[in-house]
Amino acid sequence: MVLETEICRLKMRNPTMLAAGVLGNTAASLNWASRSGAGAVVTKSFSVEPNKGYPNPTTVEVTGGFINAVGLSNPGVEAFTLELEKLERSVPVVASIYGANPEEFRKLATKIGGVVDMIELNVSCPHAVGGCGASIGQDPDLTAEVVKTVKNVIKTPISVKLTPNVTDIVEIAVASQKAGCDALTLINSLGPGMRIDIETAHTILHNKFGGLSGPAIKPIALRCVYDVYEAVDVPLIGVGGIKDYSDLVEFLFAGASCVQIGTAIYYDGLKVFRDICTGLERFMIKKGYQSVKEMVGKTHKY
Amino acid sequence: MHVPNIVEIKEIIQDTETVKTFIFEWKVKDEMPGHFMMMWNFQDEKPMSISLIDPIKDEIGISIKKVGEFTEAIHLMDIGDELGLRGPYGRGFKITGSRILAVGGGIGMAPLVAFAEEASKRGIKLDVISAATTQDELLFLNRFKKSGVNLMPCTDDGSYGFCGFGTELAEQALENDSYDMLVCCGPEVMMKKLVEIVDKFKIPAQFSLERYMKCAVGLCGQCCVDDVGWRICVEGPVFWRDDLRLITEFGRYKRDAAGVKHSLI
Repeated sequence: MVLETEICRLKMRNPTMLAAGVLGNTAASLNWASRSGAGAVVTKSFSVEPNKGYPNPTTVEVTGGFINAVGLSNPGVEAFTLELEKLERSVPVVASIYGANPEEFRKLATKIGGVVDMIELNVSCPHAVGGCGASIGQDPDLTAEVVKTVKNVIKTPISVKLTPNVTDIVEIAVASQKAGCDALTLINSLGPGMRIDIETAHTILHNKFGGLSGPAIKPIALRCVYDVYEAVDVPLIGVGGIKDYSDLVEFLFAGASCVQIGTAIYYDGLKVFRDICTGLERFMIKKGYQSVKEMVGKTHKY
Repeated sequence: MHVPNIVEIKEIIQDTETVKTFIFEWKVKDEMPGHFMMMWNFQDEKPMSISLIDPIKDEIGISIKKVGEFTEAIHLMDIGDELGLRGPYGRGFKITGSRILAVGGGIGMAPLVAFAEEASKRGIKLDVISAATTQDELLFLNRFKKSGVNLMPCTDDGSYGFCGFGTELAEQALENDSYDMLVCCGPEVMMKKLVEIVDKFKIPAQFSLERYMKCAVGLCGQCCVDDVGWRICVEGPVFWRDDLRLITEFGRYKRDAAGVKHSLI
């Protein structure tokens, strides 16, 4: 199978994953994504305790995508562990976790490290509160501390999800690698951004601002992958505005070993996984590529 | 664009002590019975079923029962006050067959009154079972009568119409008459019971479900149902009976804003 690939010992039937935060809050929706053709699935981020998130509106459309401030709502690790037990496991499962400090990350990783194939550390949510999300991921030392703490308690591969909302994403990537991460996922949603209703002057999102996702952020995500690829050795998981196979190919050429798909599900439904894989396979046949791996980082040769 | 449109409340109808219908000027295009709108009061945003669709006057109506903070705040609003609406969302009822039985309970009558008016316009023969606890709680009696459908009211206390549950009256109706299809919207326990009844009579049926919603555009996953994973906001809220076989949580539990399960039994 020409689309098969591997990242951190995760055998994937194709280089697409369901991105964290889009569906993925139940076993049912994760199973649905895998049945729809995703090569791996990432859960919605969960925390130690249940979290209701922000009041609505939590999502609003803008040119080129959506801004959202769902606020990391999740039923907590106890309930989420029960969901993980119901997974069909036909594809690798990545658990996205978040906390306010290394100790919370340690608790979560200890609890679920043994039942998933990879852990993605969400240190990059642009609309989190209480020391969670980007307030960790914008600081190389804090990020490294979280990575080290988690690495000490589990053998499961760890990917750090990076925020683009920093002066130099490479600095955070290098710090994460030094601390022992196995992969990097980039980028989380951009911004935060805002949308104002002109009739009433209210911000539309209840949280006032939220992370931008969708095609608008793709060029930035791609540049981030390109830059980070030059600076680290760990494999990269590209995410940000990928909508079709040509976007995926760009990310592979920039240096991503595989990609995540999120907002595109709004535009094309869950069939987007199948569409992207079909497009990729046709492209590879046409261009004579034998494997996904040989496409990774190709642009760096020039 | 999925952005709230600001609309003024054009008219308010006090349907019962706890239910009001709010009428808005709205360019009617794709709105169908069973669709819902996201209503924003600048504090919060909730999914609300469309209860009136008037493509001639370009109006839509949304009927709201006072059940909590958000709906109480809406009930305090006056004509001329502004709200945000986005939509329509979801898949509505398919209007098919020449003789239909509609069964609803409580505020579940909201999409069914829109359905009744649309079906009547198309010359479909429609029997409507409207269930409520007591006479004063029966919704939209005048609109049903005006639309020309055969209304069969029923109350738990027998204060008006049939004395008993809507499901009992539905069973009687299905025994006495033959229908091409049944549509239902009401409390999930009632719908669960009605599923057993339609199975007995082997009649095609559609049910409108409700779950906690956030984005309404199929991204956040909040309204996904077990075990199939479908999103109530996109694949629903109206499902054929056979689809409900895949929604194993139907009638059993639902999830709150955090995603924590709560039993419906």
